[in-house]
Amino acid sequence: MSASDVTLPAPAAQDLLGLPAPAFHLAMLVLAAAAFGFILWKRARLLLQGAPDPRLDRIGTRLARLLFLGFGQARQPRYPAAGVLHILIFAGFLILSLRSLTLLGEGFSAGFALPGLAGRAGAAYASLKDWTALVVLACCVVAAVRRALFAPARYHDRHARKSHAREAYVILGLISLLMVADALYEGAALAGSGGAGPRLPLASAAALCLGGLPDAALGVLHLSAFWIHNAALLFFLCYLPVSKHFHVITSLPNVFLLDLRAGGAVKPPRHGAVDQGAAEALGVGRLEGFTWKHLLDFYTCTDCGRCSDQCPAYATGTLLSPRMISIKCRDLAYQCFPLLGATVPPEERPALVGDVIAAGEIWSCTTCGACEEVCPVLIEYVDKIVDLRRFLVDQGDVPPSLQKPLAALEKHGNPYGKMARKRGDWAGGGEEGGSGVRVLKEGESADLLFFTDSCVAYDPRLQRIGQALGALFGAAGLDCGTLGKDEVDSGHEARRMGEEGLFETLRDKNLEALGRRTFARLVTADPHAMSALKNDGYGLAQPILHHSQLLAELLAAGRLVPGPLGDERVYTFHDPCYLGRHNGEFAAPRAVLSALPGLRLVEMARARSRSFCCGGGSLYLFSEVECEARMGELRLCMAEEAGAQVIVTACPFCLLNLEDAIKTSGREGRMEVLDLAELVVRSLNRGVVG
Amino acid sequence: MEIIVCVKRVPDVAEVEVEVDRSGRALERQDLAYGINEWDNFAIEAAVSLVEAHGGRSTAVTVGGPEDEEVLRRALAMGVNEALHLCDPAFAGADAHGVALLLQRAIAARPFDLVLTGAISSDQRNGQVGGMLAALLGIPQVALATELKVENGRAVVRHEVEGGLERVVELDLPALVSVQTGINEPRYVSVRGIRKVADQAIPVLDAASLGLDAAQAQALLAQVRIEELFLPQRGKGAEMLEGSDEEKVLKLIERLRERGGL
Repeated sequence: MSASDVTLPAPAAQDLLGLPAPAFHLAMLVLAAAAFGFILWKRARLLLQGAPDPRLDRIGTRLARLLFLGFGQARQPRYPAAGVLHILIFAGFLILSLRSLTLLGEGFSAGFALPGLAGRAGAAYASLKDWTALVVLACCVVAAVRRALFAPARYHDRHARKSHAREAYVILGLISLLMVADALYEGAALAGSGGAGPRLPLASAAALCLGGLPDAALGVLHLSAFWIHNAALLFFLCYLPVSKHFHVITSLPNVFLLDLRAGGAVKPPRHGAVDQGAAEALGVGRLEGFTWKHLLDFYTCTDCGRCSDQCPAYATGTLLSPRMISIKCRDLAYQCFPLLGATVPPEERPALVGDVIAAGEIWSCTTCGACEEVCPVLIEYVDKIVDLRRFLVDQGDVPPSLQKPLAALEKHGNPYGKMARKRGDWAGGGEEGGSGVRVLKEGESADLLFFTDSCVAYDPRLQRIGQALGALFGAAGLDCGTLGKDEVDSGHEARRMGEEGLFETLRDKNLEALGRRTFARLVTADPHAMSALKNDGYGLAQPILHHSQLLAELLAAGRLVPGPLGDERVYTFHDPCYLGRHNGEFAAPRAVLSALPGLRLVEMARARSRSFCCGGGSLYLFSEVECEARMGELRLCMAEEAGAQVIVTACPFCLLNLEDAIKTSGREGRMEVLDLAELVVRSLNRGVVG
Repeated sequence: MEIIVCVKRVPDVAEVEVEVDRSGRALERQDLAYGINEWDNFAIEAAVSLVEAHGGRSTAVTVGGPEDEEVLRRALAMGVNEALHLCDPAFAGADAHGVALLLQRAIAARPFDLVLTGAISSDQRNGQVGGMLAALLGIPQVALATELKVENGRAVVRHEVEGGLERVVELDLPALVSVQTGINEPRYVSVRGIRKVADQAIPVLDAASLGLDAAQAQALLAQVRIEELFLPQRGKGAEMLEGSDEEKVLKLIERLRERGGL
């Protein structure tokens, strides 16, 4: 503490409202702690009723993620301006928390210092704290001005019924008040003792302003600033859990409790249930149906709008805004589990599905995961959407456009309703195709099993991907077979549409067919199929590859020798959601592209984990979602902005959606979409010729 | 209110290349997938939602072999309360009149206010069972219903008539209404939903329990016999015009000129 303590009265030494300061301070603390504890207890009631969700495995990994994503604020810089402001304020929050404790201590004992913060360390901390307070104050001013005058579009959600702007200003005001009050508390002391200097910039500035005031006035100011600071601090604490700034308390736990399952996996209908089908109703139809962690997500949402800013369904004007799922569920939670009064019984509440969240929102999601990738506090959306769909499916409430493909999956094993017998025909003739892929009968074996999935097996355009891959496997001398008519759909979309029972039926059929053949590795051209086979409980022992991974391997080993493409056009790679974002494979397709001589490649602004969904795969091709623009057309615009004329992708559905977008937007002849395999075949043919 | 809904299991041939079997009188069944007749699906939804609104009981009935039980399970999963399976080898090859006769014998023995059928079945496409059944039961019938309401013991039905017209009629119950697609949005039946009704008992009525002598049933039920089933001769293939839009239009004009179309 500075020399001022000699001249100005210490807060702890004064009586207040007839009480000794420590007693008054204790009363304040007890009151605040009681209010805070009461609010948290009320908030926790709902969490305690949530569905089970095991989140305490792999503690080491969780701590590392907490350090990186929580304390390290690793996702903040995705939005540079807001991100830097937040990182500075958050760092300030951590540094100044020691100061807050110190000031709470000073209410009891004059000249209180935290252990280890006396003497030289204390002086160093005092300087650090003062500089930090200056930075935080500046950040608050910038943030307020930014919100008032230069607010990003994402702050206002077009589906929002009310704004949380007022809460934001209250919080910025409270933080600023804390900074200013502390500056006045110290500044008054400095003005009395003349200890101002660059070591304490904010307090010195305050001292400068207060210079010339009589000692008595400085004393009053010193004491008032102290009490205002501590009162504001305790009010702040209790205000957090009733505002969108609950995240100040819940976000670090929420990050620690993140979903550590493989990317792209969907949660089981109920964690820990032996028979998933046994429950009376499946999915989530009311608040308590969500897992406790998913309820904690709702509390944790900061309303920053980044999820919806990244969401392709929001960008194309559908009913869905992921942010609003959190906000509306939180509003419902606060309404049904009020701070004062009894819990509203389920039959008196608005219906979660229908009144609060419309079916149209639930069916608009492509499960691309862009929202989850960007959320700074790791809120999960895809699992919630799937749980809500499970409820709708269980109630029989499925849009007619989706009922047909689902019924076809059940009857024929493919969403098109084509004959199961024709599933292997794409390979050419059914038996030994000219493509280098043969249909394996039961008991036969091959080094490589090519899992086609329904789209590549039946769609005439997508069969060409299978044929291109077959040609490449042939050229590389691989021994490759498929299941032919014994394969059924991987069930990836059925599961994500909430039809868990159908998914299980399909998976079991595939497992039976796979179990009757011997193979060392499995490859597929469809990232959705790859993701399902890897992450949706197939439990296969063999490695499961995406064709981009296998092609990268074959090119690196020299088993495929590409030639110069001789194409002046500029290429770009579109990351499929289930290859990149959900399964973390960004490198393999790029390794393939960079192995092709003479390819002019650019990256789109939204590449890799920020990739923008093409419109979704499989059953999404059948769904009719009301929208203003098509995701595929927006993606073409992004490719154009990057200066590309050819979009290379590695997913059959991306190919279909983007090709359709080229036609519907009149870009035929100007743009082209290719699968990675098709491009390698082109390059290989050049290689042979050249 | 007691509602009977008549359903049929049919092959799904929408995206399938059908083949005639060696007898020349039936389809090659090996690669066919079967399911509920689309029209009947709407009839079931109508029955279930009427019972939801007015109370009572709905019962699904089908005529067919053991494998046809699956459409009754599906109806139960959609929400009908009971099912009835008219199943006997003697019923094989029953024509529309035969099916109507069997249904009449099963239904007449029970209380009923409303009988619903699909307007037509997607495989035989006779569209006869509804009308014949109403006649056999001696109750009024409305065909091709696109809207169905029940008020004070009367049915108010909107239905399609010739020339694209629609008409609203009112009739006393009991009555039979055959349902057109689009009358409602049938609810989805999940795999889990079917599993949930897997153990529900479905009574089976054979020839004897319908008061028929199995030996003579065939002659009574199958008066119309299929002589031959064949795929129509393929016409000459269409010609695909290639090139840019402009070229395609020019080629089309050229073709039309050549053949005197212009």
